[in-house]
Amino acid sequence: MTVMAERDGKKIGLRTLVPAIPFLWLGMFFLLPFLIVFKISLSQYATAQPPYEPVWNWSDISGYFSALSFENFKMLVGDSLYIDAFVSSIRIAFISTLLLLLVGFPIANAMARAPKSWRPMLLALIILPFWTSFLIRIYAWIAILKPEGLLNQMLMSIGLISEPLNIMGTEVAVFIGIVYAYLPFMVLPLYATLEKMDESLIEAAQDLGCPPWRAFWTITVPLAKPGIIAGSLLCFIPAVGEFVIPDLLGGSETLMIGKTLWSEFFSNRDWPLASAVAIVLLCFLVIPIVLYQNAETRRAEEGKP
Amino acid sequence: MKRSLGPFNATVLAFGFAFLYLPILLLVVYSFNASRLVTVWGGFSTQWYVALWNNQPLLDAAWITLRLAFTSATLATVLGTLAAIALVRYGRFRGRTIFTGMVYAPMVMPEVITGLSLLLLFVAIDFDRGFWTVMLAHVTLTMCFVTVVVQSRLLTFDRSLEEAAMDLGATPLQTFMKVTLPIIFPAIGAGFLLAFTLSLDDLVIASFTSGPGATTLPMRIYSQVRLGVTPEINAASTILIGIVAIGVISAGLLTKRKIAEEAEAEKKAAQAEAAEIKAAMADNEVPAN
Repeated sequence: MTVMAERDGKKIGLRTLVPAIPFLWLGMFFLLPFLIVFKISLSQYATAQPPYEPVWNWSDISGYFSALSFENFKMLVGDSLYIDAFVSSIRIAFISTLLLLLVGFPIANAMARAPKSWRPMLLALIILPFWTSFLIRIYAWIAILKPEGLLNQMLMSIGLISEPLNIMGTEVAVFIGIVYAYLPFMVLPLYATLEKMDESLIEAAQDLGCPPWRAFWTITVPLAKPGIIAGSLLCFIPAVGEFVIPDLLGGSETLMIGKTLWSEFFSNRDWPLASAVAIVLLCFLVIPIVLYQNAETRRAEEGKP
Repeated sequence: MKRSLGPFNATVLAFGFAFLYLPILLLVVYSFNASRLVTVWGGFSTQWYVALWNNQPLLDAAWITLRLAFTSATLATVLGTLAAIALVRYGRFRGRTIFTGMVYAPMVMPEVITGLSLLLLFVAIDFDRGFWTVMLAHVTLTMCFVTVVVQSRLLTFDRSLEEAAMDLGATPLQTFMKVTLPIIFPAIGAGFLLAFTLSLDDLVIASFTSGPGATTLPMRIYSQVRLGVTPEINAASTILIGIVAIGVISAGLLTKRKIAEEAEAEKKAAQAEAAEIKAAMADNEVPAN
């Protein structure tokens, strides 16, 4: 790298410019907004336009600090509605991630063990739904899960149940929705690690008399660990803040923090409180996000020849 | 070692793909249903497509969304590619850790947070909300996906080609335009398509950052879907699914043909090489073991 930089003076100009442009963009539109959210979360609700007390008075530093208020955070801690929403979001995201692992692992494993010539097509079939609208894919489940929906009709016509199951508007519907929408995100990282696995290890274990399930636990699962971690984080983090799925499938019963933030913002127009919810949610997610970044950076670097 | 799938794995795949595709398939089938009720089959009809054609607000929203996706994906591709080059080629520049963080975080960040924070930025700098604010927000979200796609291509790329060009006297810019860019171009194209689709699809961030007169298609669909299942939306969804399916399948066929051609060329080269080695071995009378 340095040799190249010395060889050509022009390279030094490019060397600052190429990282600087995307860096400045992300600083302006990703990092700075978070500071503003933090700022506004410390502000007071006001019936004004925009609906919060101005905290941008830079000329008066002492007034600036006295205008800070922790009321919003006190309210979040004091009101069980918010605590319940946080707890239930994390629980729903956690259970969904486990279900995704249960569903995604066999699929990824079967894909990685399929004949080589099939694999590109299987991979394309996993990715294809991801290209069609997320909203539409969730919407499709409404017609299936409704009390008079297709699933209930089918189950009743084959005589498995006598009256319609009430799935729509419950957490079960949310689990189904999350597993359905996030499945490619779980399968792809798992497939990437399982495909690289040396199959002869399993064969060796079986030759030595190891039953298949033990070979699976002691060989396949440990070797797939990087994929399991990446896939789980990739599903867990956005699932915690999910809005569309609990809103459309979960009904009013399901409490999730993404929905709470949305309604504080759009229905109650309490921007400072919505900001405080966002800050708390971010604090919960900082650790998984950093873990995910490390996993991704390592994966990217391992890709180097 | 060539063998087909075992019965267990075949069943797993069959169920997995049924789970993924049946809901979409049902949606498509019921868009041709003459009955307004979702679950009652009233015969084949294209009336919902006609109704869709006369739904001016929905068509307006579709047009805005397409323009939005095109503009934001173009800008995101440029920025994302620059970021990928910076990450792969520029080693440990100052602020690299923050930079890497800012590239990976938007991808997993819950959309409600990103949307809210961008909205508050636009309000703070007093920027009128509308088409352009959604565009800026989408660029910020999608450029990171472009970066990841281009980055993986740059990492597996043979640097000696660039070095050869430089040794032959090409300037860094010439090397980039004539050697690097053509090689990473498929990845840049894939990144653009990904950014385009993500922008087309986004509901949450658009809802936060949009203003009057810039209602996107997902926002329009969402407001109708909340009122219940409507056959018109089934028809709109079917059209969107159809466009995506045609696009993905044709892209797949194109790359498949290219891969087949490359594989053929490689096979021929390998055969020629094998023949050469055989000839050389015969000449030197090396025992072949």
